[in-house]
Amino acid sequence: MTEATTPLLQVNSIEVIYNHVILVLKGVSFSVPEGGVVALLGGNGAGKTTTLRAVSNLLRGERGEVTKGTIALRDERIEALTPAELVLRGVIQVMEGRHCFGHLSIEENLLTGAYTRRDGKAAIAETLAKVYDYFPRLKTRRKSQAAYTSGGEQQMCAIGRALMANPRMVLLDEPSMGLAPQIVDEVFGIVRRLNQQEGVTFLLAEQNTNMALRYADFGYILENGRVVMEGAAKDLAINEDVKEFYLGLSTVGRKSFRDIKHYRRRKRWLS
Amino acid sequence: MGFFLETLIGGLMAGMLYSLVALGFVLIFKASGVFNFAQGAMVLFAALAMARFSTWIPQWLGLESAALANVLAFLAAGAVMFLVAWLVERLVLRHLVNQEGATLLMATLGIAYILEGIGGTLFGSDIYKIDVGMPKEPVMILEHVFDGGLLINKEDFVAASIAALLVALLALFFQKTTTGRALRAVADDHQAAQSIGIPLHRIWFIVWCVAGVVALVAGVIWGSKLGVQFSLSTVALRGLPVVILGGLTSIPGAIIGGLIIGVGEKLSEVYLGPLIGGGIEIWFAYQLALVFLLLRPQGLFGEKIIDRV
Repeated sequence: MTEATTPLLQVNSIEVIYNHVILVLKGVSFSVPEGGVVALLGGNGAGKTTTLRAVSNLLRGERGEVTKGTIALRDERIEALTPAELVLRGVIQVMEGRHCFGHLSIEENLLTGAYTRRDGKAAIAETLAKVYDYFPRLKTRRKSQAAYTSGGEQQMCAIGRALMANPRMVLLDEPSMGLAPQIVDEVFGIVRRLNQQEGVTFLLAEQNTNMALRYADFGYILENGRVVMEGAAKDLAINEDVKEFYLGLSTVGRKSFRDIKHYRRRKRWLS
Repeated sequence: MGFFLETLIGGLMAGMLYSLVALGFVLIFKASGVFNFAQGAMVLFAALAMARFSTWIPQWLGLESAALANVLAFLAAGAVMFLVAWLVERLVLRHLVNQEGATLLMATLGIAYILEGIGGTLFGSDIYKIDVGMPKEPVMILEHVFDGGLLINKEDFVAASIAALLVALLALFFQKTTTGRALRAVADDHQAAQSIGIPLHRIWFIVWCVAGVVALVAGVIWGSKLGVQFSLSTVALRGLPVVILGGLTSIPGAIIGGLIIGVGEKLSEVYLGPLIGGGIEIWFAYQLALVFLLLRPQGLFGEKIIDRV
């Protein structure tokens, strides 16, 4: 993380309010460098999804609004853009819970991802071949309706669909949700390959801290709508607080649940 | 035998017209997951616009040719329907992204009343007629095959052909084009469609435009058969059993459903009617729809509601 180059995405103390009253993000700042894999970590309701939605501008559909702060993509302010305009600028979100188009076949799902592209059929076919290359499972299921495929295949379909837009940056929301650990590993492995071989930047929101820290290079921990800790993924993975609260490990080894009631390590960021 | 065939063909042609109305429902449902209660009002509105423009335009421009006046009136009415589509998207749908199906349904109910009201104010509430020069006289065909031949209503025949053509075009549009695919994607999941950069506003505008054109065609055909009057908006009620039978999401379903209901109505009226005192035509379609709701709620060709567990 060098500060010298401008990051691809720079989020500066944003505040998000739902329905004009519910304050969900209370000044979240982070940056994503070009070609990086950055993870937003935290428990339920920490504000991970909201942060991603704020970036991709999908908040309005949920009656949310960025009321303070700035979001910049390569120094261009993007808060007022529509999701479609953002996709044209190379930023696309893969939503939590996969959201494949159930009645469309896998291949049709993938092709809808190329809706915004104007570079012709040949280029789109090329990308499709590439996506099948990364997700060979999708190729075998290409004629089946997406709703009849397995959870892992749907997650792959959702990621593949986003890749069809030829994005520079993918916002990946909770890719591990509801998947067997083995499939999660497979999905994350593909994410890493996409990052290394295609240079796609990833911003990842994950509850599965363990898995996310293994594949990301930098992490931010959110709690109650604030960033409470940030650091390189390998540093976070060995941090005592993170281990205790997010990885379920501590130096003392496994504790009896009876003890947990009496003693919780104090979160150092709560003063 | 000749009589049976005549009844059958009469039924098929009536069915084609039901299909045309049903098609409007299916289009909007397919692309936005909304059951559009305003479809009947749109048919009325389009027919009113067509009827009025076809008398106004010759007055304004001093045209002599009736055919040209009709073409211009059709285009003008089409433009009015596009404007309606634009306003609906702009004033109603845009503010209801991600809302429950029931909310959207109520909104379309509101649109229906507003359209009927505005239609009456703008175009007057008299009974008008549309004369697009549809052939009125019946023709005899197959005279050498049957004794007495078959008596066919030319007007119905033309109307049915137009409907069939429209349907074929729409089915191709939905299955084969990028926009068609995007429309189906939006129907499945608004938000996901939005997240991959499909602009919902444009898609909804397009689909309401298409539905507006379908309503216009239906309005012109029904209007030239029955005259344009307020009760035209209730022809939409005839479309309801058709979509239940054919399936809300299937364009071919709307057609086949329409044909089945048209034929069923006519045949049951003629052959069952005398046994139980007649009047079957009026309720046959609804009865059939009820049976379908019980046995096969997604209709003949509708998409199954797929639920992963």
